Amino acid sequence: MGLKSNLHNFRQKNKDKKWLPAFSAIHTFLYLPNETTHNGTHIKAADDLKRTMNIVIMAMVPCLLFGMFNAGYQHHVAFGEIERAAGGFFSLDSTFWTMDNFMVGFWKVIPLVIVSYGVGLIIEILFAMKNKHEVEEGYLVTGMLVPLIVPIDIPLWMLAVAVAFGVVIGKEVFGGTGMNILNPALTIRAFLFFAYPTWMSGDKVWVHGAVERDQMIANGSNLDAISGETILGSYAQGNTNVVYDYWDMFWGIIPGSVGETSKFLIIIGALFLIFTKVGSWRIIFSTLIGAITMGLIFNGVVNAGWIPETSKFYGLMNVPFWQHLIIGSILFGAVYMATDPVTASQTNKGKWIYGFLIGFISIMIRVFNPAYPEGVFLAILLMNVFAPTIDHYVVQGNVKRRMKRLKVKTA
Amino acid sequence: MSKDIKIKKGLDIKLVGEADKTVEQAIISNFCTIRPEDFHSVIPKLIAKEGTRVQAGDVLFHNKDIEAMKFVSPVSGEVVEIERGPRRRIDAIKIKADKPQVFKDFGKFDMTSDAAATKAHLLASGCWAFIKQRPYDVIANPEKSPKSIFISANSTAPLAADLDFVLSGKEQALQAAVSALAKLTEGKVHIGVGSNNSPLASMNDATIHKVSGPHPAGNVGTHINKLDPINKGETVWTVNAQDLVIIGELLLTGKFNAERIVALAGSSVKKPRYFKTIIGSEVSTMVYDNGVDKDGNDRIISGNVLSGKQLKPDGSLGFYHNVITVIPEGDDYEFFGWNKPVFNKISTSRAFTFSWLNPKKKYALNTNTNGEHRAFVVTGSYEEVFPLDIFPMQILKACMYQDLDEMEALGMYEVAPEDFALTEFICVSKQPHQDIIRKGLDLMLKEIG
Repeated sequence: MGLKSNLHNFRQKNKDKKWLPAFSAIHTFLYLPNETTHNGTHIKAADDLKRTMNIVIMAMVPCLLFGMFNAGYQHHVAFGEIERAAGGFFSLDSTFWTMDNFMVGFWKVIPLVIVSYGVGLIIEILFAMKNKHEVEEGYLVTGMLVPLIVPIDIPLWMLAVAVAFGVVIGKEVFGGTGMNILNPALTIRAFLFFAYPTWMSGDKVWVHGAVERDQMIANGSNLDAISGETILGSYAQGNTNVVYDYWDMFWGIIPGSVGETSKFLIIIGALFLIFTKVGSWRIIFSTLIGAITMGLIFNGVVNAGWIPETSKFYGLMNVPFWQHLIIGSILFGAVYMATDPVTASQTNKGKWIYGFLIGFISIMIRVFNPAYPEGVFLAILLMNVFAPTIDHYVVQGNVKRRMKRLKVKTA
Repeated sequence: MSKDIKIKKGLDIKLVGEADKTVEQAIISNFCTIRPEDFHSVIPKLIAKEGTRVQAGDVLFHNKDIEAMKFVSPVSGEVVEIERGPRRRIDAIKIKADKPQVFKDFGKFDMTSDAAATKAHLLASGCWAFIKQRPYDVIANPEKSPKSIFISANSTAPLAADLDFVLSGKEQALQAAVSALAKLTEGKVHIGVGSNNSPLASMNDATIHKVSGPHPAGNVGTHINKLDPINKGETVWTVNAQDLVIIGELLLTGKFNAERIVALAGSSVKKPRYFKTIIGSEVSTMVYDNGVDKDGNDRIISGNVLSGKQLKPDGSLGFYHNVITVIPEGDDYEFFGWNKPVFNKISTSRAFTFSWLNPKKKYALNTNTNGEHRAFVVTGSYEEVFPLDIFPMQILKACMYQDLDEMEALGMYEVAPEDFALTEFICVSKQPHQDIIRKGLDLMLKEIG
């Protein structure tokens, strides 16, 4: 029966081969395996890890596609080739949804995707062969997240080094998918940020071509420098005169990492994840609540007049609390990063605390960190480390209740 | 004072092939097989050697550690074969049944006897095997006295035999058994019933609780957790409702009558219905005459689909089971099965699985695992189907890394493998939860005892 039986026979023939996990990864991609239950439950529900991970990837695809349009658009705007677009997401001026914008972005973003998946999956397969287990699906999501959270012009070799670091140190040393403490995608980003800070922040990296232009100027070209600062970058410089309005921020036609600019599409993705019960609504909502709380506190400090207008923190503290949700990548972090079930808190009560603290700390870092104006990824990594501690105390609540019951009985 | 139990967390798995409410006499099985592995953790000391003639109620073997605990033959006949496994472990005792059955007479039991006499009578007659204990989910230790005894008369497992139906008309035997059991505990006998129509709803010497909600509302584990959770050092006994009939009949007539009404169900059965048969009977006496293809690719299960035991075609009805389920094997590949929309399988998510659209629909599930074994990744889904006040994932992990202190603290004394059947069913990582819990309990039994 064609492909199905050929693949089956091939598997039977090579049962003992070391490279079988590599074959299995492809085989199980094409076909749901013929594995049956033994004892225990004789029937199983329809979901497996591949299906679950696939849902997360689908939630990210709109962000990726939008990122391609936006990369081209930002490039052309910065080089003065087109006018700034105005209007809503569906009624944007003809200068945004153009094939030209898309193709510029496409040829910049696709290599990022290929490097991210290529390097990551090769390492995953090697470790699967070494540890004699199947290739687990965790990297399918990580590999998609990585291109979305890096600047468009990041050199590919840097990305490759970072992915290798993130997968090996962030995940495989702990035992692979399901065992890691830190979110692998954020480990990759943290590595890039601390190893190559000039490529991860500043006003040059967010627009395709700006760095190149800078180098040409440095080499003596008589050209204007391109500046494509993120909104947070402007605020952190004390420059409150931002050219974008809130709708631009919401729809996402602003400079930023590849996939995190469109708050509209992130909200759609979030609703999709919550509806399919794949993403934790508890974490998403509590993160936003945490961010709003911190924003309100800062607004209160400003309103009370406790901070002079000359302070370098004044600009960001004065941002109305709700705007914190549409500038920077807090929303992207809340929906796609904080919800990673392995590194988040695993108890329902713990998820509320974990998410709240992520939002709270994100905005705190955003305001107080002068060197790097976005705090979301640091806040999530920090809370990844504390998630087991939060769970510990939640579980202890249950344990204490049990102990108390025993005491009442024996007393 | 009765307290009603209402649970919200859980999942009713609706399957095709529910048994019609008609009872048929099964063909009398030529052989009867008793498998010591049904009595978890009991090491048998064989009494009836090959060639011995036994009556129904004669001792086959006793518990090596507790000699008074006898296990008896459900039929009269001749012991024809002792099947042995590795290290001469006894795997099965096969008895060739006589045509007219002869019962050993234990004598009509004086219902006014005290606890010690009742206990001795049940131990000697083989009926003790029906009484199980928690912690550890093994046959009750007769030296300990339980703080309460739990009986569930509400069957919520998929395709389970309807206890209201199979127990109707047996009120006298049930009452005798309940009254006898009530003597063995300082506490109460708790009976959980689904409705007031249950034959057990009007029992004396017991507290009746009305139970409602999705599966596992019918599991005794749920009742125990909601009514009288087990603390360290305490013991609770549980008895299957249908086994009360055998206990009751022994007390009233002096006969160990292992007859039981069994549901034959599942999507591979053309005429699902109930059968009157005997513990240990060959399932082939029921299965193949009722539309199961003899050379079809089916799985025969003694027990329900969640925690039953896989049988070979020549297998026999397990000691504690009152349902035989036959479902198709799922040993085939499915093209892009992991990402295409799914309409014909059950799921608690909505990840392009559409069972949430039609909660009343009945499904014909097969034995495919729908995915490969993975490490625990997804969190929060088990809690939706797990009504006990216990953290399911944390206790499973504690069992896996064998931390006895943590297992104890998280509530290991309260659980049995069947409590984790639903979490196993929905597990995205396809982890064998019941097996993990069983091994954890065995470890505790060995180390703490």
